[in-house]
Amino acid sequence: MAKYVQEIGEVSKVKLHGHIDASIAPELMNEMKDLIARKDEIKKLVFFADELEYVASAGIRAVVFAKQKIGANVQVYLVGASDVILDVFKLTGIDKFLTIQDKFEG
Amino acid sequence: MRIDLHPTDTYGEFKMRPGLVLANGAHLVPGGVNFSIYSSGATSCELVLFHSGEREPYAVIPFPEGYRVGAVFAMIVYDLDFEDLEYGFRMDGEYDFSRGVIFDKTKTLLDPYAKIITGRNVWGEEPDWTNPFQYRAKVVMNDFDWEGDEPIRSTHNEMIIYEAHVRGFTKDESSGVKYNGTYAGLREKIPYLKDLGVNTIELLPIFEFDEFEGAREVNGQKLMNYWGYSTVGFFAPKAGYAASGKYSMQVDEFKSLVKELHKNGIKIILDVVFNHTAEGNEYGPYISFKGIDNNYYYILTPEGYYYNFSGCGNTLNCNNPVVRNLILGCLRYWVATFHIDGFRFDLAAILGRNQDGSPMSNPPLLESLAFDPVLKDVILIAEAWDAGGLYQVGNFPAYGRWAEWNGRYRDDMRRFLKGEDGLAGAAAARILGSEDIYDRYWRGDAASVNFITCHDGFTLYDLYAYNGKHNEANGWGNSDGGNDNHSWNCGWEGESTDYGTNFLRHKMIKNAAAVLLTSLGVPMILAGDEFGNTQYGNNNPYCQDNKISWLDWNDLEKNKDIYNFFKYMIAFRKRHPVFMRKSPATPYGYPMTSLHGGDAWRFDRSEGSHYVGVMFTGKTKDGEDDFIYLGVNAHWDAKPIFLPELPADKTWKVEVNTDLGENACYETPCEIAANNSFLVGPRSVIICTA
Repeated sequence: MAKYVQEIGEVSKVKLHGHIDASIAPELMNEMKDLIARKDEIKKLVFFADELEYVASAGIRAVVFAKQKIGANVQVYLVGASDVILDVFKLTGIDKFLTIQDKFEG
Repeated sequence: MRIDLHPTDTYGEFKMRPGLVLANGAHLVPGGVNFSIYSSGATSCELVLFHSGEREPYAVIPFPEGYRVGAVFAMIVYDLDFEDLEYGFRMDGEYDFSRGVIFDKTKTLLDPYAKIITGRNVWGEEPDWTNPFQYRAKVVMNDFDWEGDEPIRSTHNEMIIYEAHVRGFTKDESSGVKYNGTYAGLREKIPYLKDLGVNTIELLPIFEFDEFEGAREVNGQKLMNYWGYSTVGFFAPKAGYAASGKYSMQVDEFKSLVKELHKNGIKIILDVVFNHTAEGNEYGPYISFKGIDNNYYYILTPEGYYYNFSGCGNTLNCNNPVVRNLILGCLRYWVATFHIDGFRFDLAAILGRNQDGSPMSNPPLLESLAFDPVLKDVILIAEAWDAGGLYQVGNFPAYGRWAEWNGRYRDDMRRFLKGEDGLAGAAAARILGSEDIYDRYWRGDAASVNFITCHDGFTLYDLYAYNGKHNEANGWGNSDGGNDNHSWNCGWEGESTDYGTNFLRHKMIKNAAAVLLTSLGVPMILAGDEFGNTQYGNNNPYCQDNKISWLDWNDLEKNKDIYNFFKYMIAFRKRHPVFMRKSPATPYGYPMTSLHGGDAWRFDRSEGSHYVGVMFTGKTKDGEDDFIYLGVNAHWDAKPIFLPELPADKTWKVEVNTDLGENACYETPCEIAANNSFLVGPRSVIICTA
């Protein structure tokens, strides 16, 4: 069972949680690769971040990787991220590629 | 994975193979990281690997003899967790100080091509001084999405440069940004820059440096290496300027800033310091070059000591072919990877010194930069002097390509505007593009970067609020900083509550702005001058990481008239291509520029003259006839003048008159008398158009 990816389909859901530091991020990256392999099925990709406490650059890279590989037609959401987490995305300008929401509104 | 990149050898648990010799530094390759470094004198080299932040390495891998090609050690190491990796090198070799060969295999050295440097990730956070390896390299990923960012296709002479310090620009709370003192904070201020109208930002050094270098405490105040003119790593953006530096994401944050600037039509120039490094002299630390090829990278005396043409302890040996390649590679990297639009070279005269320190007539480095294909469209600006006494303003080896900070513009205009005798002729030449210094045929239209103030010296407000420097806070008994400020306090030293004094100061500031923004060449404004920012009379705040240096944005409201005037003048410059020398002539036979005195067509350059009138003629962007008259009266009395006669269907209208205080710019330009006469107020500038 995947640790982060909960569902792959038209609306694919990824639950980011806990501490995603450099040692754990490769797991997330591998799951992203599996998810992208099925990108033709996907119309929306939602990262739920309400239980994410910390994310290192490696974790952010996994999100960026997914966004870049999944194709321009797929909308990517970041949902429920705390201000601290959101800051990391904003500082590096990555938030511009994502739809930021408090609750997933579809 | 490509078949040719399979591991061929092992060392302990590590799989490896001979690396790519031409790729300097560390690069991700399929399955591993390629490490490459060159040293002509090293007998052996080791790769030292650390987990992030750990004091002791987890691996030391010697480069096998077969992994060395010429002087290059190159190795691919597989299966490294590069997100958690910091690395360095150790080199063994001869130690003979008198010959400049000082290898020390106990020192772990920073990769000169490091793209991310950790160790000073958060500005001002005290490092562990007992750690022998202070500055560590990390491997960079190039997955940033530029969203199709393209170079801004404007010519160099269209630039209006705004010189700013990343930290000082938004560090003060009054800046109102969320991420104070960072690249992200600067990004938040882009709408402000756009409103002001500047189209190029020039940043004081952002290559990784150590803010703790030379740190001291004076009267309870911590003094730091605030300006950053002392490079630790030439390829790495300063981590402490990134709010995301603690995540080692400074590369992304800086790229995000550049992308946003470009989206808003603003170019970015970096102030680069190649004249010396942070390694100092024989008492300074081994950071990188000293332990790699000391006698290649530095200009040394015959006894092995460091020449000090920079005033900072050592002098980079810029015309050594190895060093030249490093500099060229560095600039190419910043242009190709960070989309940088230009460079300003600190103490650039050093770049033209020979390996023995003597000036060269045809320095290979400067020539290489001038003709490099990657650098073809970027502007190269020289600070054409050094601390060793080489002053090359006007005769910097330019190859028709280099522009210069025009130090004579600053000095002549300051002296003229404050009312000194005998400067009218010089002031006129400066306004007309300093063709007496920069031959237009050889140097082009953008050779002269005109400025009245820059980071080094008084702010514009202080230029008219202080007769002398007040650098006591720097801790050197007010002995540091220049003494030739050509400033005038308008009758009272420092802050004043007197209406007349403040009125005059604001007028003097506007006079300077009006002249700067109507001069031919490329104008440069010091950040904060547009709202009267003060450094309290400190003309050398290189070490002041506090309110002395940080812009106080409260002044924007307090001195709104100054801001409005700068904004007006910037827009005015942009409306009139004559200032960019991009305009065709009028059909009436007027010269494109002409000089005038109290009487039209009679310019008075005598000793007692304090008046310069300049008429510019050409066409507007829409093809309309364009006549502009700039009148600068630097005398303390009003000056009656006659403007030149215009074609029959045209009349002069006043658009700007700095004698009118807050109303210096006319919403509706007002016609002047039919006989073209006008009384220019004392110490005032007028601009008329037709």
